Amino acid sequence: MTAKLRVKVWRGSAVGAFSTYEVPRQGSQTVLDVVTHVQRHLEPSLSYRFACRVGMCGSCAMTVNGKARWTCRTHVAKVVAEGDELEIAPLANLPVIKDLATDMSEFFDKWARAKGSFKGSKTRHDDFARVAPSSPERVTASAGIECIGCAACYSSCDVVTWRPDYLGPAALNRAWTLVNDVRDVERTSRLGAVAGDAGCHSCHTQGSCTERCPKQLSPTLAIAGLKRTVAKAAVRGLL
Amino acid sequence: MNVAAVAQARRWYWQRVSAMVLALCVLVHLGVLIYAVRGGLTAAAILSRTRGNWGFAAFYTVFVIACAVHVPVGLANIAREWWRLGERPALWLGRGFSVVLLWAGLRAVYAVVA
Amino acid sequence: MKRRNDQRARSHPAYWAFLMHRLSGLGLAVFLPLHFWALGLALRGPAALEGFLRFTDQGLFKLAEWGLVVLLALHMMGGVRLLLIEFGSASGLRKDWIAGAAGFAAAAGLAFALSLFA
Repeated sequence: MTAKLRVKVWRGSAVGAFSTYEVPRQGSQTVLDVVTHVQRHLEPSLSYRFACRVGMCGSCAMTVNGKARWTCRTHVAKVVAEGDELEIAPLANLPVIKDLATDMSEFFDKWARAKGSFKGSKTRHDDFARVAPSSPERVTASAGIECIGCAACYSSCDVVTWRPDYLGPAALNRAWTLVNDVRDVERTSRLGAVAGDAGCHSCHTQGSCTERCPKQLSPTLAIAGLKRTVAKAAVRGLL
Repeated sequence: MNVAAVAQARRWYWQRVSAMVLALCVLVHLGVLIYAVRGGLTAAAILSRTRGNWGFAAFYTVFVIACAVHVPVGLANIAREWWRLGERPALWLGRGFSVVLLWAGLRAVYAVVA
Repeated sequence: MKRRNDQRARSHPAYWAFLMHRLSGLGLAVFLPLHFWALGLALRGPAALEGFLRFTDQGLFKLAEWGLVVLLALHMMGGVRLLLIEFGSASGLRKDWIAGAAGFAAAAGLAFALSLFA
């Protein structure tokens, strides 16, 4: 007799309820395995997202037992003690399309509003840019560039909940990596974009983003860097 | 020039600078008050130390001004995020509180020193 | 329409540090005008201030004063932690400072209590 796992899965949109299912418990089972089993064998109409299922793409991020996680990289054994339930819900702070799938548009819109893309001045006719790997700016940028835009941090941030305009940890973290990219030419307008109530100044160092980031990045520190840099630019009349 | 961004950067900057001043002031004040309450507090004991004490007056004037700079920024944030005030009402709440602290605080320093 | 986080997403030290910092700041902000008003009683002469001080000799007031000392110490050390995060070298969320703040506040509270009953 296989051991069973009780799973509560969110069904509906923002208005909805948890449906309970019983899933066979297996060794090395991930939360994504559980969701997949439910959709294939128990509830064909369940909507959810995944792609690589090996912890590279970030598509499978959901709220597991109240915390934002990559479901493909979360072993059931790690989050559920004996006899406990598994609770799977869509990411918080994002509009729910259906069941476990959220609308990521505002997440990426804010990325763009924070000027989270590179702009250089060289063309193919110029020589390569030279950036020493050990230079302070490069080291700082390296600390934050592994972000794959999974929105776990955005989902975990209370300031995102409290201030609808707040750009959020991921967008600000990306902006910080670009502020530290010495080849980039949009520095001043980017600093203007990330300043203010919608930007870095609303971060209260709650640290949930840093706690939950599956890549162990620290948007908290990136945002602290933005605060310093924006202040310096403002004082010098550059903003 | 991004006026809003510069204003917000200034508010952040002044809150942090006043925080550094307050860290020192609070450390001293904690020491002072723990010393002063020994065996109970009396008006006579307090006033005998503060009356005519201009060093005391200078220190606590700096303390009051730093409070008036520091407190409103956090208060405005709480008003925006928890009490659902708009941006302008929250800012004016902060400014109003700043005036209250400045006036009441300097009056208090004068009251015990003069 | 969006779903919100509950306490499970907030159960980590840095969040508690944020909450304590905000609540202690709010408490101190509310207390300050009262504190200034009380000291301002000296304008009417020592007797006025003395009258107020004797009124606050009651247990509940002393408990509140102790609470304020603890909140002040917490807010200050939590604030120093934030200054380090924002201006210091990159050293994560500085959870050692969270523990340190709690310890400092406990010590300050104890010192105050002992001083009161000396």
